[in-house]
Formats: sequence, structure tokens, C-alpha cells
Amino acid sequence: MSATPDHTSDRVDPSATNGPDLPAALGSSRRTVLRRAAAAGLLATPAAGLLSACATGGDDEGTTEQETGEKSATNPLGVKEDAALEVIIFNGGYGEKYATDVHEKLYQTAFPKAQIKHQATQAVSTVLQPRFTAGDPPEFVNNSGEKFLDFGALVNDNQLQDLTELWDAPSVDDPNKKVRDTVIPGVVEQGMFTTKDGGRKPFVLYYVSTVYGIWYSGKLFKDNGWTVPTTWADFTALCDKIKAKGITPYGYAGANAAYYQWNVILTQAAKLGGPDVLKAIDNLEPNAWKADAVLQSAKAWAEIGAKYGDKSFEGLRHTDVQLRQNQYKLAFYPSGDWLENEQKKDTPAGFEYQLMAVPSLTAGDKLPAGAIRAAGGEGYFVSAKSKNPRGGMEYMRQMLSKAGTRGFTETVGAATVVPAGSEGYAFPPGVASSQAALKAAGANVFNMMFDNWYKELDTEARTATNELMFGRASAEQWADRIQKRADAIKSDSSVAKFTR
Amino acid sequence: MRQGKYPFVIGFLFLPVTLYSIFVIAPYAQAFQLAFTNWRGIGAPEFIGFENFQRLFNDTAFWKAVQHHGIILLALPLITIVIALFFAFMLNVGGGSKGGQRVGVRGSAFYRVVFFFPQVLAVAIIAVLFQMVYRPDESGLINGVLTKIGLDPIYFMINPSLALWSIIGVLVWQGVGFYVVLFSAGMASIPTEIYEAAEIDGATRVTLFFRVTLPLLWDTLQVAWVYLGIAAFDCFAIVAVLSIDSGGPDGATTVLAMEIYRNAFTYGRAGYASAMGVALFFLTITFAALTLRVSKRESIEY
Repeated sequence: MSATPDHTSDRVDPSATNGPDLPAALGSSRRTVLRRAAAAGLLATPAAGLLSACATGGDDEGTTEQETGEKSATNPLGVKEDAALEVIIFNGGYGEKYATDVHEKLYQTAFPKAQIKHQATQAVSTVLQPRFTAGDPPEFVNNSGEKFLDFGALVNDNQLQDLTELWDAPSVDDPNKKVRDTVIPGVVEQGMFTTKDGGRKPFVLYYVSTVYGIWYSGKLFKDNGWTVPTTWADFTALCDKIKAKGITPYGYAGANAAYYQWNVILTQAAKLGGPDVLKAIDNLEPNAWKADAVLQSAKAWAEIGAKYGDKSFEGLRHTDVQLRQNQYKLAFYPSGDWLENEQKKDTPAGFEYQLMAVPSLTAGDKLPAGAIRAAGGEGYFVSAKSKNPRGGMEYMRQMLSKAGTRGFTETVGAATVVPAGSEGYAFPPGVASSQAALKAAGANVFNMMFDNWYKELDTEARTATNELMFGRASAEQWADRIQKRADAIKSDSSVAKFTR
Repeated sequence: MRQGKYPFVIGFLFLPVTLYSIFVIAPYAQAFQLAFTNWRGIGAPEFIGFENFQRLFNDTAFWKAVQHHGIILLALPLITIVIALFFAFMLNVGGGSKGGQRVGVRGSAFYRVVFFFPQVLAVAIIAVLFQMVYRPDESGLINGVLTKIGLDPIYFMINPSLALWSIIGVLVWQGVGFYVVLFSAGMASIPTEIYEAAEIDGATRVTLFFRVTLPLLWDTLQVAWVYLGIAAFDCFAIVAVLSIDSGGPDGATTVLAMEIYRNAFTYGRAGYASAMGVALFFLTITFAALTLRVSKRESIEY
């Protein structure tokens, strides 16, 4: 992490070289060498304070001069037209082509004099941490993937550009419509974070529409004459039938994807007790995890795990379990709608991915059977301390235009948070079914944020969910331990808190 | 020669010591410094005194990891050294005497190469390999056979009481080859006359091993113990790749390096992770010092 090669030479620690009598060690036994090495290590430590903190240097050395231009109808954000723009793209599931071929071209057309510098990486934090430390961050960042930068830390350090101006700017396609009105509800809200001084501002653009649910093969169901269950009784009855056919009814991968399952449990809880159940969890409210709806849901799913699951799945990775579904050995699998694209290579012809909403647990559920969890995926931000933050926001505005979203959808086969962009586009069966489910759910769409805000709570929930689903813990124990962790995070002053 | 000694020695040491200072000592020192801050990877670190260490004291995951290091520290060197000693003895001395020369069992040249194989593979590859060996379903190497012959599968990485031992098994499998070679080299330097004399006095192979080989190999054994002990404080790659749920189930296989990684890169607590690193540093140093002190014993000159 200490990747600052420029002034390493003045960090040589004099005490380490003078300390032990190294020449004498040459002729001695291994034992003395080891002992002296240990002594050298210990001697070096008091000098710790003397060293310049390389990895952490570069505090606020004042804000860099930022480029601004004249505001106009075509340039509502006031971008300086010849200011350079640096774009960092996470080269993961969606690749980088959508940026180079679509969004950057749009920006270039709007500002022909601007120079765009494009960089794709698979390890965002590795590439960018030194840049932030040095006070020279790139304008636009796709902060995603396994090594993404902690949003909370970025917010706390005032590194993120307030996107209010972008959301209030007129959209590219219709000057009478603000950008915020072109996206699906909840997206602006999802990217809002609480700053140190207590204000809540939109900092992050979540761009890809993600719908969560339980996936099955349309072909398998058609061939067997099974119908999609909407009530719990139907669901368990169907699971019995599936089991009788020698197919594992339900399963998720415990080795690395336990969060697919807590997602199901909490989705169930939200349908049972209303979306406020999730709000309480996100806001770290006392006993939020022990709410009746959450407990009931956990109990119900623990039973599914015990009766219809497969013990060996705990040791398998998500791709292994997904492959089993492709081989028609597993009927139901919980995931988001990236699944179809992820499994493209392994899906047999005619498999036909279909999404079903989590079935209603009781007749008295607060939300209808069609209610689903949907959210924006892939976070993008603009660096507040970069040279051209207005350019970064304008880039986002172009991204959210009809042409930008349509181009994205055509390139990667996924829907964006701008519904106008995917109108009339022929999605593959899986995404088509999730988009249909999203439409059918209407206003009954909810989301949760705690795993993005508090990674530690996510980790605890994953571990506890494996314990629950594979029969080592009861629903009460499951709720207890996660609540304990939530309480610990709440009382931990070093963790930045967020509310919604 | 005498008067040119120091410039000569310094000339040789300058480069390695400089490199060592920059790439080993300086990062260490910086970790010590970060351990007293609440740095989260971005922005300026804030000094918070011993708060990280207080938190460490109450962190169950940390103590679980320390406990696992304790188990590995006892099991790994013991099992590895016993197996490696046995193999080395059989490969070098176990075959009896041929023309006044001690030789190994038949085919020992072949075995020597085979035992060394795991050492050639990268740790990550070994971990991936054992993913397949331990796999819980019918496509696993062991469980595939078990289910074929109608037995229940063994859940190596899933069963909390078996998981850590499965990890230790991999570490032993990987380590034995190197120590066979190390001990072989040690045994080769034991003069044949001593064996001959003992054999003439009627010593069996077992007596030979315990009364001649072992005492004369003491220095090498000690080095092996320290190496393996230090290895026991690592184990990161194997645990990270092989265990389920990163050190699971429910922390049953977690080690300090795993917790450091999790805190630094998942939770973004670089300061706290550094405090763990400092704790690990002292554990390792203490272990090395203790081993050297405890095993201090007159070596036999010959």
C-alpha cells in the first residue's frame, strides 16, 4: 500500500544499519543470526515516529484549482469545454466497452475540445488510493468490484462531489425534465450519504438496474407442468414435488455467496412486515433484527434449508451451484438479475432463466406477493478534489441520456436506472422476466443498504446465515448475533453512520 | 588484508542493508505508526493512542485466530518433522549398509523427487488443488469415491471441528518435502563410521535413529522447528483460498493474516489491521526467541 517511490531514499532508518554488529554475524551460527535479526527488528521500532508517513501523506494541501466554464442551455453544468477529463472504469462483469464506445464518445461529441483519458482496472482501490493520497484524483470513477474504495471513508474525507446540481440539471433529451425525474424512484436516494456535519447529500450514482429474486428454469417448469408459487403453502408443496423427482429444490452457495440468502430472508421480512423493517435494520435501530417479521422469515427459511437444501452446498462457490441449476439438478436459486449474463457460457439452449418474487409467507403480508427488491447497482462518483469535477458531472448527465443508457444496454445486455433507455429493447428471457416483474411490482419496490454502509454487518450476517440455513443455529440465535454486531457498530465512534 | 576489512565489509553490505531497510524495516515501522491511528485508507490518519489495542483485546475473531495459531503451532511442526524425519531416515539410512556406505530403501531417488513435488507448486495452486480434493459433493476427489462406494461424504471444510485440521493437513502435505531434503542434507553430513561402530555394537535401525541420527541432527531440527513455527503464523493463502466464507465456517479456520486482510481491505480499517499486524509481529518474535532459548543445548561436535 505504501506505493510512493519518489522519496523512499530519505526513509532509510539509520538505527537499523548501525544497531546490531552485522559483520560479526557472518561467521556465527544460524541461531545468532536469527537472534540478531530479531534484535534488529526490535531496534527499528522506536524510530517509527521519525519516519515520514509515506502511505498516508498529503493531507489537505488546499483545493486544486478547478475548471469552470460558461453555463448555457447545452452546457447547464458550466463545464470548461477544453478541460481534460479522466475516466476510471472497473473492468468487471460489464467490461469497459460501454465507456469507450458509448459514454466517452457522447462526451467527446458534446465537448470536442476536451481530452478524455480512459483507464480500466480490476482493482480500483489499488490504482486510486495513491492518487487520492497525493491529492490528484481522477474526475470520474466507477467504484466497483471486489477492491472498491470504501464510500464511507471517501465521504468522511470530503472526496466526493455533491451531485445535487447534476440531479437538478435539465436532462439531455428533454430540457423541461430534470435528470432526477428520468431515473427510477429511489436511485437518487440510494446514492445519498450523511456527511460529517450531519447533512445528507447525493454523492453516488447507481447506474445499473438490479432486480433480486428467486430464479428457475422456464423449461424445467414447463416440462414438468409446475406453476410458479405465490404462497408459502404452494411453495413448499412444489418443493416436495421437486424433491420427489430427485432434484434439489432450493439452494445457495455457502462458501462465498451467503449474502444471496440473507437477501432472501430480509426480502421475505419486508413483505411480511413492510419495508420499514429494512429501514430499521439499515438505521441500526435497537432490536431491528429481532423484529417479529424478521424472526418469522428466518424461521421459515431455516426450515427450507433443512428440508429442501443440500448440505454440501455450504462448501461450494456460487458458480458451482449455478452450474448445478444449469444442469437441472437444482430448481430454485436466489440471485440478482446479473445471473443470466454471468451464466451465459454454461446455460444450455432453451433453459430460459425466469425470476419469481419471494412467495408470500402469510395471507396477512403487508406487501403483495409481487413486491420485490430492486436497486441501482454499480456505483459511480465524481471526485470533489479533482481538476474538472463539472466535467465529471456532465459525463454522468451524458451517461443518463437516452443515447447513453440505450448504448449501455445494447453493449452489456443489462437495463439501467433510466427506463426510457431500454424501451422496446429485446432483452434475453431472464432480464425480460425481471424487468416485467419490476413493472408489475409498481410502487411495491424496496431496497436495503446496510451491507454497503457497514461491511462488518454484512460479514456477520453472512456467517450467521450459513449457521442458520445449514442447521447449526436457530432463528433466535441468528437474529441475536447479528443484532449484537449491529449494536457494536452503532456504539463504535470510528465507523461513519448513515441513515435513510 | 587487515586494514581493508571494514570498507570491504561495508561495501558488500551497503546494498542489501539499504534494500532491506526500505522494503522491510520501513514498512514495518510504518505499520507500527499506523497501529496508533484510526486510518481508513483514505485521508489523513488521526492519532488515537492505544484504542486499537483495547479493541483488539475484546475482539473475539482476533482471539479465535490466536487460538488457531496455537493449535497450528503445536501440530504443524510436530507432524511435519516426524513424517519428514521418518522419510529422510528411510531415504538415506534405512536401507542398511552397502559397501561401507549407508543407503536408503529401494527407489529412494524416485521418492525424493516425488516428496519434493508440492514444494515446487505455488501455494495458491495447492489451495485450488485441495479445493477439488476436499470438495463436498460427488465431484470431489475423496467424496466422489466415498459416495460411489455408498459411504457418507466427509465435509472437510464444512464441519467446524474438522475444518482446521483439514487446513493443517494441506500445510503438512506441502511442507514435508522440503524438510525431507533439509534432513537428508543433515544426515549426509553424519560420518558413516559412527553408524558402522553402532551397528557393530548391535544397534537396530530404531536405536540407530534415536541414538545416532537424532542427536547429531539436533541443529537442523531446531532450524526446522523455527521455520515451521513461523510458517504457522502465516497460513494466509491456504486459508483464504481453501476455507469457506473466508476463514469459516463461523471463523473455525480463521488466522491472523485473514483477519488483517479482512479489516484492511473489506472493512477499510487500515489502522486497526496494522494493530493486528503489530500483535502478529510480537507473537512471531516471541515464538522465535522462546524456541531458540528452550532448544538451547550443546550441539555435539564431530
